[in-house]
Amino acid sequence: MRKLAEKKSEEEIQDLLRSLTDFQEVELEDVEIDIEDLEILLHSGSSRDLALHGLLHFLNTAEAGIASAKSIITGKRSPPRFATSTRVARAPPTALAKPTSILKVDFAVPTEEYLGQVAEVTLGATKSEGGSRGKTITIGGEKAPAFYLFESPTPHKPAISLDVFDTHVPLAKPVKMHVAEVMDDPAAWAKLAVDKYEADMITLHLISIDPLIKDTSPAEAAKTVENVLQAVDVPLIIGGCGDPKKDLEVFEKVAEIGAGERFMLSSVTQDMDIERACTAAKKHGHVVLSFTPMDLNQARQLNRRIYDFLPKNQIVMDTTTAALGYGLDYAFTIMERARLAALMGDPELQHPMSSGTTNAWAAREAWKKMEPEWGPREFRGPMWETVTAITLLLAGVDLFMMMHPAAVKTLKKTIEYLTKGSSGDPEKIANWVTAKL
Amino acid sequence: MSTREVKKRSIKEISPIDVYMLLPKTNCKECGEENCMAFATKLVNREIPLSQCKPLLKKENENVFKQLWEMLKPPIEEVEVGSEPNIIKIGGKYVMYRHEFTYTNPTAIAIDITDEMPDEEVFSRLKTTENFNYIYIGQTLKLNMISIRSTSGNPETFKATVKKVAENTKLPLVLCSFDPPVLEAGLMATPKARPLLYAATKDNWKDMAELAIMYNCPLTVFAPNDLKLLRSLSKTVSQYGVKSLVLDPGTIPGDGLADTIGNFTMIRRSATKRGDELLGHPLIGTPITAWLENADSPPELKNWNEAHLAATLINRYADILIMHSVEGWALLPNVVLRENIYTDPRKPVAVEPGLRTFGTPNQDSPVMFTTNFALTFYTVASDLESAGIDSYLIVVDSEGIAVDCAVAGRKITADKVAEAIREAKVEEKVKHRRLIIPGKAARLSGEIEESSKWEVLVGPRDSSDIPKFLKEKWTTTT
Repeated sequence: MRKLAEKKSEEEIQDLLRSLTDFQEVELEDVEIDIEDLEILLHSGSSRDLALHGLLHFLNTAEAGIASAKSIITGKRSPPRFATSTRVARAPPTALAKPTSILKVDFAVPTEEYLGQVAEVTLGATKSEGGSRGKTITIGGEKAPAFYLFESPTPHKPAISLDVFDTHVPLAKPVKMHVAEVMDDPAAWAKLAVDKYEADMITLHLISIDPLIKDTSPAEAAKTVENVLQAVDVPLIIGGCGDPKKDLEVFEKVAEIGAGERFMLSSVTQDMDIERACTAAKKHGHVVLSFTPMDLNQARQLNRRIYDFLPKNQIVMDTTTAALGYGLDYAFTIMERARLAALMGDPELQHPMSSGTTNAWAAREAWKKMEPEWGPREFRGPMWETVTAITLLLAGVDLFMMMHPAAVKTLKKTIEYLTKGSSGDPEKIANWVTAKL
Repeated sequence: MSTREVKKRSIKEISPIDVYMLLPKTNCKECGEENCMAFATKLVNREIPLSQCKPLLKKENENVFKQLWEMLKPPIEEVEVGSEPNIIKIGGKYVMYRHEFTYTNPTAIAIDITDEMPDEEVFSRLKTTENFNYIYIGQTLKLNMISIRSTSGNPETFKATVKKVAENTKLPLVLCSFDPPVLEAGLMATPKARPLLYAATKDNWKDMAELAIMYNCPLTVFAPNDLKLLRSLSKTVSQYGVKSLVLDPGTIPGDGLADTIGNFTMIRRSATKRGDELLGHPLIGTPITAWLENADSPPELKNWNEAHLAATLINRYADILIMHSVEGWALLPNVVLRENIYTDPRKPVAVEPGLRTFGTPNQDSPVMFTTNFALTFYTVASDLESAGIDSYLIVVDSEGIAVDCAVAGRKITADKVAEAIREAKVEEKVKHRRLIIPGKAARLSGEIEESSKWEVLVGPRDSSDIPKFLKEKWTTTT
């Protein structure tokens, strides 16, 4: 029974994926609403009475002072029949007559001036630029907060990089079902991610180099990188295992064999030999990801240390992504603050931001089977990743490292819509109230 | 431009001194605070209502009261929907960005019902909405309202549905129709419920305003993708006498997304940063419009598109949402997102201190401690869980502060840890006496050994290294 249900969910998610592919334009029926002439008895109570009632109600809620409160009110009306809002101050001025036609006022677009601009960083390099990629991707360059199109267009679309692992890692079932066949072959995995799931970039996580896992040598790891370079022609992000010493050894080797490819080395951390990591990036023309644990001061500090070796256009920053429900509020606010500070002129935060959005799967609500009322995890999981991604997109993230094809597809579409600019046809929703869904 | 467009000082610009200067300065303590300055500080932090100051309610203080009220009121009107005791407050925001202060009144989610749905569906939707609850960090996450749309256009049909719903739920209502007689019929079915009325447009505003005044309801003004008109309508119906307004600049899905969030953003900025009172009302988002797109696509896709549109709107300033989906997988991420975004960023989030078990620990299993800062706790918990480590974790009350800061700030001390070990009765559960402490609490190791008489092992600085640490270091004997 359970197997059957699972099977059904799998089919459904496949359908969903297909549907997400075939967005179709649909014409809406335009239903005109006829407004009939009305006869409504004019209410004798004026707005002034309501304002007094409001004040009275407000004061009544105070435990004491009711008597004196009433004395404030000179009117002799009986207490209000309905609870009224406490919005005393906003009550309309009583001297103004009731309008008989629309009072036309203007709207001034509330633009602001920004002193700062986010650096532009290009990832990947084509043949003519010294690499072998079919295209490059540029991120950053913002002059206004994310998608404030009324101030400034989005200079570059945020990019999406799909995760590929060089060894078996435990993956949530809803994710695994889409990559199960290629999990033993990073090159094939990368190809699938690019060809089928439309990855802008690939993040190759060299997990196997971890001394606690396989302790793969830098030379072997470099070989995997070469295989992936040959399998796909998109820019690459090279991910380490999180051990600052081993990562550094591997980064040095990979930087060398991929000289000129403008990889992003993910990541440079405070506990790493920053000089060595940055020197490798500089010598062979790569970009580094400056990674800190949700703290703007630490982010500034690490960036400052990197400035000794690398120019701004070779630095992307990551202030840590926590999953929806597991600290996303911190991640969101740190990123939003970082971006606003950058625009206000803080030079140490003027970097494109990257997010390890795959962290969304750390939330148990994403991967776990739950009571039936919460639906199949095959939908819940990718929605978890999607909501995490969209939230950070709105905070200003430029580069997403992601996992689930449906989440990737949805974010891509959302980015397209948000960067394209004004094409909101009000007719499309004018009659939503009467729509039969 | 409106004459009321005087720039109001933002919440960050008001100091307790500003407020104190206007208070009676009698230090009467009737408000429960030590003195007027303490009361002023709480007022500025929005931790106490102005009406707690009893002397201010006296007639001779009327003007001062009004002055303070004006000074302290949020730039976004706080609108109440429903009648006692089932009132929901929407809006009342003080700031544009949550880090500037905190967001008040979490986005209310209203679930869609129409007057042409079969009874069975109406009741099942009511039930789903009312029964929806998810426990998250000690909070129960819920859905908040029922929205009733007239798709029939028939006043009697609408009236019957409103009556049926009102008799079966206490949740506050949104009544939706652009046709005033239809809306009035709905109101007649439940005349004192104070539903949110949806919506006044350029064509029907006068009749809608009359209804709002007659039934004392908040009124939504709808001007899709036309902020000039939205502002004009806001001014018009306010001046007409409607007291409480909600604004709908239109939720246009798909290729209208950029305009949609652009409008929400411009409105919120105008109200919070420019003091534009005509736009200083709660915003309603209607992710339900995602269902209008791709009419032939499967319902999963519509649920899907509505869910992420809702998330976008929760992030970008919607104070109330109308949703059609009743799927748990579509709603759960949104109520969790709402909880996250509306958490007070000024206060650290904490979990209950005490003992937690992971897997099936036995008397030889490792014992560790961490702080009750929610993020720290959940990170450690998820690392232990995903690595499948059978263990005991003692959560020490650090007043919601992370390990390094708690140690530095003496929120975690050796005595506190020793007491937590005793209270957790962990000595009855394991036969060893070896405690693994966070790497960032290393400097407490000696003191903890002294206070608790346990042997201390300094663990990794990051909980993701616990599996490695245990593999290398953990034995039950020295």
